[in-house]
Amino acid sequence: MSGQAGFSRRRFLQVIAGTAGALIVGIRAAEAADAAPIPPDMLGDNLSSLGAYVRIDQDGGVLIGARDPDTGTGVATSLPRIIADELDADWLRVRVVPLGLGVINNNGAPRWLYGQQVGGTGNSIPRAWHDLRAAGALARTLLLQAAAQQLGVPADRLRVEKGTVIAPDGRRLGYGQLAAAAAKISPLPSPIPLKAPDHYTLIGQPAGDIDALGIVTGRTLYSLDQHFGDAVVAVLAHSPWVDGTLDQLDKAPALAIKGVLDVIELKPDPKLPPGQTVIAPAVAVIAETTWLALQGRRALKLNWKPGASGSESTAALEQQATSLLGSDSAPTTRVRDDGDIDKARRKAARRVDATYYQPWLAHAASEPMNCLVNIDKNGALLYVPSQSPQQAYSVVQRLTGLAPDQIDIRLSRIGGGYGRRLDHDYVAEAVLLAQAIKKPLRLFWPRDEDLAHDYYRSGCVHQFSAIVDAKRHVIAWNQRVASASALTGRGVSSDRLWTSEVSVNQLPAGFVPNYRSDWFSLTSSIPRGPHSGMPDVTNAFAADCFIDEIAHALKEDPLDTRLRLIGDPRLVPLQGGGAIDTARLTNVLKLVADRINWKDWLRSVNGLGLACWYINGAYVAHAIEVSMQNDKLTIERVVCAVDVGRVINPKGLENQVAGATLDALSNALNPAITVKDGKVQQSGWKDYPLASMAQLPNSVEVITVPGEGDPAGASFIAMPSAAPALANAVFRVSAVRVRRLPLMKEWLRLL
Amino acid sequence: MAQDHAVPAQTGEITPVAIRPGIDLEINGERYRHTGDPQMPLLWYLREVLRLDGTKYAGEHGEGGSDLVLVNGKAVSSIGVPMSKLSGKQVVTVEGLADSKGKLHPLQQAFIDEDAIGCGYCTPGWLIASMDLLNRHKDPNDGDIDTLPNLCRCGCQTRVRSAIKRAAGVMKQGAKA
Repeated sequence: MSGQAGFSRRRFLQVIAGTAGALIVGIRAAEAADAAPIPPDMLGDNLSSLGAYVRIDQDGGVLIGARDPDTGTGVATSLPRIIADELDADWLRVRVVPLGLGVINNNGAPRWLYGQQVGGTGNSIPRAWHDLRAAGALARTLLLQAAAQQLGVPADRLRVEKGTVIAPDGRRLGYGQLAAAAAKISPLPSPIPLKAPDHYTLIGQPAGDIDALGIVTGRTLYSLDQHFGDAVVAVLAHSPWVDGTLDQLDKAPALAIKGVLDVIELKPDPKLPPGQTVIAPAVAVIAETTWLALQGRRALKLNWKPGASGSESTAALEQQATSLLGSDSAPTTRVRDDGDIDKARRKAARRVDATYYQPWLAHAASEPMNCLVNIDKNGALLYVPSQSPQQAYSVVQRLTGLAPDQIDIRLSRIGGGYGRRLDHDYVAEAVLLAQAIKKPLRLFWPRDEDLAHDYYRSGCVHQFSAIVDAKRHVIAWNQRVASASALTGRGVSSDRLWTSEVSVNQLPAGFVPNYRSDWFSLTSSIPRGPHSGMPDVTNAFAADCFIDEIAHALKEDPLDTRLRLIGDPRLVPLQGGGAIDTARLTNVLKLVADRINWKDWLRSVNGLGLACWYINGAYVAHAIEVSMQNDKLTIERVVCAVDVGRVINPKGLENQVAGATLDALSNALNPAITVKDGKVQQSGWKDYPLASMAQLPNSVEVITVPGEGDPAGASFIAMPSAAPALANAVFRVSAVRVRRLPLMKEWLRLL
Repeated sequence: MAQDHAVPAQTGEITPVAIRPGIDLEINGERYRHTGDPQMPLLWYLREVLRLDGTKYAGEHGEGGSDLVLVNGKAVSSIGVPMSKLSGKQVVTVEGLADSKGKLHPLQQAFIDEDAIGCGYCTPGWLIASMDLLNRHKDPNDGDIDTLPNLCRCGCQTRVRSAIKRAAGVMKQGAKA
């Protein structure tokens, strides 16, 4: 039998009696309920066709489907714990399976079974908090009612402990014993109460990564580790220029290698936005194995001719930015204009100016782009390392014309995303090649392709000017930013291209009475796309360094400058809704300052630096201590305080915060993507140097502020304030103000 | 081979089939003979022939270290070593770190206990490099740990450092007992 509990307008909780007496509670699209249900006996472990979130088996085992792809963000652990807590499950009996894309056929159009399915964009936890708890709560309510019937005791006199229902007289029934009866309860209880926070057993308690054992034994499979028995392998050589054309191609030396099957040309579809089609013209070598395909690629005699983009360079783009910002030309968009900047300028007691330069960056995900695909008369089956399987679906659907229920997209754990896997050019390539060769196929990008053919983060120039009055208050803040928008060509209207580059609410907007934010668009054909932590990362670097420069101009402690700028405890409204709670911002700032002994700021031989930021509902501050011996910089200490509201998994949060801190420091210290004659000059991690163990601090001290508000996502919130805290500490220890990243190169140049 | 069976020897005797020449090596305690291209890098032998997928592709030059394996106890980039150089060698991959009964090595347990995992793609390489380090230094200090060649985009380095120290402590205790 099955029944439904009201859940939301679009989706319903559904209860099914599974095979062998299991209780299954799932979430289905409302429309799906009208379709003929799959007989429960046929379901087996195939949760994806049910849309199940939780299944309780007769042996007491609990299986939970994790909805959002885990790229290292910890959602495969934290989302199931949100459900398991409401269920009062024994976490040691919980197994987690990554759910594939949940899609059903709604008269030929796709209907998403689980709502939004996205990883690494910072909203998995807020969405899960909103909708996943009900699945666990419903299962728990049904199990309690079944226990009440069997024990002859009213449900409200029973208590639950780790998957066992306990009666007042001490009689105990495990969830497994109750599952079959619970699945038959009708009608379903409504409304389903959610727990009061003081009854949480898992939420707020630390848990290690659910896949840890599989990972340390090499058993956890990534997309690249999935196999179809007879799949061939495609390795690509892309044109260095997105508008390049083939000048010379001699396939013969590649085809002469035994096991090399074919050489196929691919071209982008100019009608499609970036990320939905091939990234640049390419030649694919198809072979029986990866090793043979790589040899085939090496053997190709291949030359490309540049198109118009062949004259581009990152150096010229920076010059274009500098001259735009130095001119009187109107900005592409006036993002915000509070008060009257021009009037405030006339009252200037002191004016501070600075310009910051940040380079182009790659995603450099550990697991290179890949996709395993099989297309036959029944449909398409794909393993895709995607942060957004619904986007991957639309790429597959467009190329194959298959119906929604013929496209099966499976997700494994993913070797890093950082925004790169929100785009699906590699999926388009895999599908096109599988169609051409009519065989199951694995697409594999070697490292050099991965780094040289990315949707990069644009380099940017921030020109800041502030007016400080006689009472040391910043009364005007004028910021002019030039960059190439990540949204160009992606169906975003030209007056909204700035949204990937600056935020209307970024600090100190709302804290300075006369505030202006202008954005200038740079034109470039270098591919660009989403990057985790953007636009906060580049803007926080510039703004948090600039506040330090204001403090220096005022000859005062930068902590005092910051605290004065933040001001008294109050709510500063955000455009578009919500508000910044200044008390929470001040709190994280003071926490890191106390921990790093900020009172020694003036006397310390080592340099101390601070920065703080507000991002996606979270408050974050960094304090960093660096030492200097001749031309050697050492990051001695890093402290980070975060306030994300309620913490789901403190250990997971700490890992995300420490990890994002190290990643942001790594990105700031060394690497840059440079383009010359339209060609990316970096081809591997050797010339795109991520920080080594030795360059990074030995520990990151994370302070978590306890909270009760709805939880914010945590995956990249600690990125924005890390690099400016470092640059501010470097200034303190060396008296060299680094206004250009990567930091090490510039610091050594200025030293 | 099929032909050998199709035409049975008329004498009724079994004709011995010549042993296929190849490269004999030991991987995770088991003996293997590679009969394919001697120039094939170990990485592709592990992943595509044996489907031991724990060792991850790092880059054409092993950048980042996720393709490290132990060859005779030393960490080696598996894409950089052709099968021809492995005759008689003992190879250990991440799948071979636990003992034959599946009991985790203290280093694996320490990685779990310290949650020294981001996306996990580079973790096998960190484990192998750390094993190599612990083979050389029973009690590695921060300077020793700084020499690890691995890279990680998720920022798990501080937890790896803690895990190595934890494992060294556990192994010292184990040696005393």
